[in-house]
Amino acid sequence: MSPQPQAAVGAPLSRVDGRLKVTGKALYAAEHDVDGVVHAVIVDSSIGRGRITSIDTGAAEALPGVLKVIHHRNAPKLPYRDNSASNNPPEGRRLRVFQDDRVRFHGQPVAVVVATTLEAAQHGASLVEVDYDAERPSTDLTEAEPDEPTRYARGDAEAALRSAAVRLDLTYRTARNHHNPMEPHATIARWNGDKLTVWDKTQWVVGTQTELAAVFGLDLDAVRVISPFVGGGFGTALRCWPHVVVAALAARETKRPVKLVLSRKQMYLGTGFRPSYEYRLRLGSDRRGRLAAAVHDLDAETSSYEKFTEAVLAAGQMLYSMPHVSQAYRTVPLDLPTPLWMRGPGFQTASFVIESAMDELAHELGVDPIELRRRNEPAEDESSGLPFSTRRLRECYSVGAREFGWDRRNPEPRSTREGDWLIGRGMAAGVYDTARMPARARARLDADGTALVEAAATDMGPGTYTSQTQVAADALGLTVRTVTFRLGDSLYPPTPPHGGSMTMASVGSATLDACNKVRRQAIGLAVGDRESPLYGVAADDVVVRGGRLHVKNDPARGETYRRLLTRNDRTHLEADGSFAPPSGPQRHSFYGYNATFAEVAVDATLGLVRVRRVLGVYDAGRIISPKLADSQAIGGMVGGIGTALLEHTLTDHRDGRIVNANLADYLVPVNADVPDLKAIYLDGEDREADPLGVKGLGELVMIGVAPAIANAVFNATGRRVRELPITAEALL
Amino acid sequence: MSTEPPESAVPPPTGAGESSPAPTRRTFIATTTAVGGAVVAGGVIGGPLLSDPEAVAAQAPPTSRVSLTVNGTRRTATVDNRTSLLDLLREHFGLTGAKKGCNAGACGACTVLVDGHRVNSCLTLAVRLEGAEVTTIEGLAEGDRLHPLQQAFIDQDAFQCGYCTPGQIVSGVGCIKEGHTGSPEEIREWMSGNICRCGCYVKIVRAVEQTAGRK
Repeated sequence: MSPQPQAAVGAPLSRVDGRLKVTGKALYAAEHDVDGVVHAVIVDSSIGRGRITSIDTGAAEALPGVLKVIHHRNAPKLPYRDNSASNNPPEGRRLRVFQDDRVRFHGQPVAVVVATTLEAAQHGASLVEVDYDAERPSTDLTEAEPDEPTRYARGDAEAALRSAAVRLDLTYRTARNHHNPMEPHATIARWNGDKLTVWDKTQWVVGTQTELAAVFGLDLDAVRVISPFVGGGFGTALRCWPHVVVAALAARETKRPVKLVLSRKQMYLGTGFRPSYEYRLRLGSDRRGRLAAAVHDLDAETSSYEKFTEAVLAAGQMLYSMPHVSQAYRTVPLDLPTPLWMRGPGFQTASFVIESAMDELAHELGVDPIELRRRNEPAEDESSGLPFSTRRLRECYSVGAREFGWDRRNPEPRSTREGDWLIGRGMAAGVYDTARMPARARARLDADGTALVEAAATDMGPGTYTSQTQVAADALGLTVRTVTFRLGDSLYPPTPPHGGSMTMASVGSATLDACNKVRRQAIGLAVGDRESPLYGVAADDVVVRGGRLHVKNDPARGETYRRLLTRNDRTHLEADGSFAPPSGPQRHSFYGYNATFAEVAVDATLGLVRVRRVLGVYDAGRIISPKLADSQAIGGMVGGIGTALLEHTLTDHRDGRIVNANLADYLVPVNADVPDLKAIYLDGEDREADPLGVKGLGELVMIGVAPAIANAVFNATGRRVRELPITAEALL
Repeated sequence: MSTEPPESAVPPPTGAGESSPAPTRRTFIATTTAVGGAVVAGGVIGGPLLSDPEAVAAQAPPTSRVSLTVNGTRRTATVDNRTSLLDLLREHFGLTGAKKGCNAGACGACTVLVDGHRVNSCLTLAVRLEGAEVTTIEGLAEGDRLHPLQQAFIDQDAFQCGYCTPGQIVSGVGCIKEGHTGSPEEIREWMSGNICRCGCYVKIVRAVEQTAGRK
């Protein structure tokens, strides 16, 4: 931890970019003013599998304003070099747009129309006539042949299960969910000779940069990616999808800057999704609820051309103590686009299953659900034998139970009624990996006493601009308003993907390092400068506050950065900072934890579920920006309400078409769906995880919400629904 | 702003040829029948309405002149008749505050005030707005002084990514003006046309309450 006073970190500040956002001046990908830009609209395949037999572009090309129609028959062959420095799945081969006649899923890009106006491009796209040799696609998870499983085992789970006093054999299903950020994917691409600049919606400018360089066969520094504001992501913008390539290709072929914005429908056609799962869990315990064994069998959707996997196994290995665990995780290749991590990837699905099953076991045994979890609390991470860096789940339970009024819950299902409404309360535990990756940042302190910090990071909403500014301000000893943090440009020092809740730990620690170095440079300058009041003072005894360096125990003795730099003819001081998680064998098991509580009302006649309140209590390490962290938590709860009760991407298996690819039929929570939500962060920090002591929030706050709601629905109705979303039909 | 900007012409697409008769009802039916029968067409926006290449090629898109007031400034534009108010604002007037979230009236990100009423600008054709007064997010603040609801959104942290925010704020201004702020429940109901995927609803309600209470 920094020797500096912590004035900004931990203070409930408003967003530093708030004014830009409430005045409409924050510029998102499609909004950058690029001279001479023309518009591109993608034509999607209308079959789910097969080959293109002909493309008639005559009508489109004859349309006034249409510049070009590009498709597999006239597109140049692109290098498509391998790119391991990306979020492309390691197994499989990425979709190569317009490189062959194959259709691999319904809605695959088959052509793009470029025109001088958006209206002409849209109309032109509707005039492209494509004929196909169509085959029946395979899109049903439960009917297709799975891949070889990924396995994990400790002990002999099958044998332990056979001899267990209590056995549960439960099969759960979770729906396919789409991220659906409010901002659709959008790209503006401009070539200048062999150099490409794109303004893109991305959660990783570096990833998009490497992918475009790989696809077009360019040097990395020939590609610049700019993305200062991202209108939500939730994972969908962690990969550089084919439409980004289409935009760049269209710009190269027409020699014009091209803007390509996906329609809402196209947001369901190849920008990732949380895959649907069929998940069988068998649990064995003794009569007191002490777990003996768990056998997990999972089938999950992937595409026919790439094998997508996510961290769905970890929770089953470490959340509860038990000697015997066996897991088999099978991906099922289908004629769908490739999935991609969605908020709380893997853990979200596993947590719904495990936490529902724990509730079922508690009910079966007549044990309180919290008590059951306490009885199975492990002393160490049983998957690795490592001690936990921090694991304060017991505290989450007790604080949560007290705040929520858990003792007033009647454990007997269908026993609490208010008029037509059955009232139920449920809880669940949540866990998410504390991820960190190497990151860099650059800090510069100017002679006017202001500072600029830069990193190629992203802010899709959690508040990177604000929280990084807070870290930088304290490390430099400046006020927040004299520090500017810039992100979203591949010219800045590289950072990892803005996903997996790792930005604060990774980029934040690099920012801290860069700013610490600059501060130490200034202190070094002062204590070696005969004209400074700090001359001769030990560097460790100097702190900086409000832009003024002074002796720690003698605040009167000191001077400002401005004075120091000006006197020494220094225009600025500058340093690069970096962070990397410790190499070598891990010494701790790093996870964030929560206990989530929900109260629901279910209409006894109509089966309608209304969430009445949700409470989350988090062991998430140090909280840098409490006001924003609170927003993130209640936002995660809203996401959880969607997954639990509303969100379901439906496919017509006859042709592979998604039938509800819009925001009127794919339901997400609206204001009237969201009642009283409350978040409590346990005070503390994780000293082992990273220099800032943070564990990451964005994923953790969503995990646990869906099972808490499902368990509350059971408590309300006595009906156990093992399929998400829980719809009125399932409760009738 | 009181300056009268020059006519901002929305250029019709280049390459317009001679004018010729519009497709007849017969050719329309013939082509759509063909589509429905055998040909599988690229499915971007429904199916093709005009697929006779010659009829299409010969016809420049119909345009109209429209004069409207945007954030207090009178503007005249020649617009493609297919242009929505949202696209007019974003693509031609450089006012990108109103957002395109779904382009189908389902998300509210494009909400603006037209003659004081909140509307989905993505579902409003620009040519219909002759003489209309349009207020967008860019028109709410007075100079550097934010509209109280803009300030309340900052105070309450009623947004994260910020993409739905202009629509939420304009919608909130409408909601307050309509008097639908008697209780949090009423605000929730009347703000439910604006989706926030980051899930800031609780704080959006507080921001609207804060502002309505001050009126």
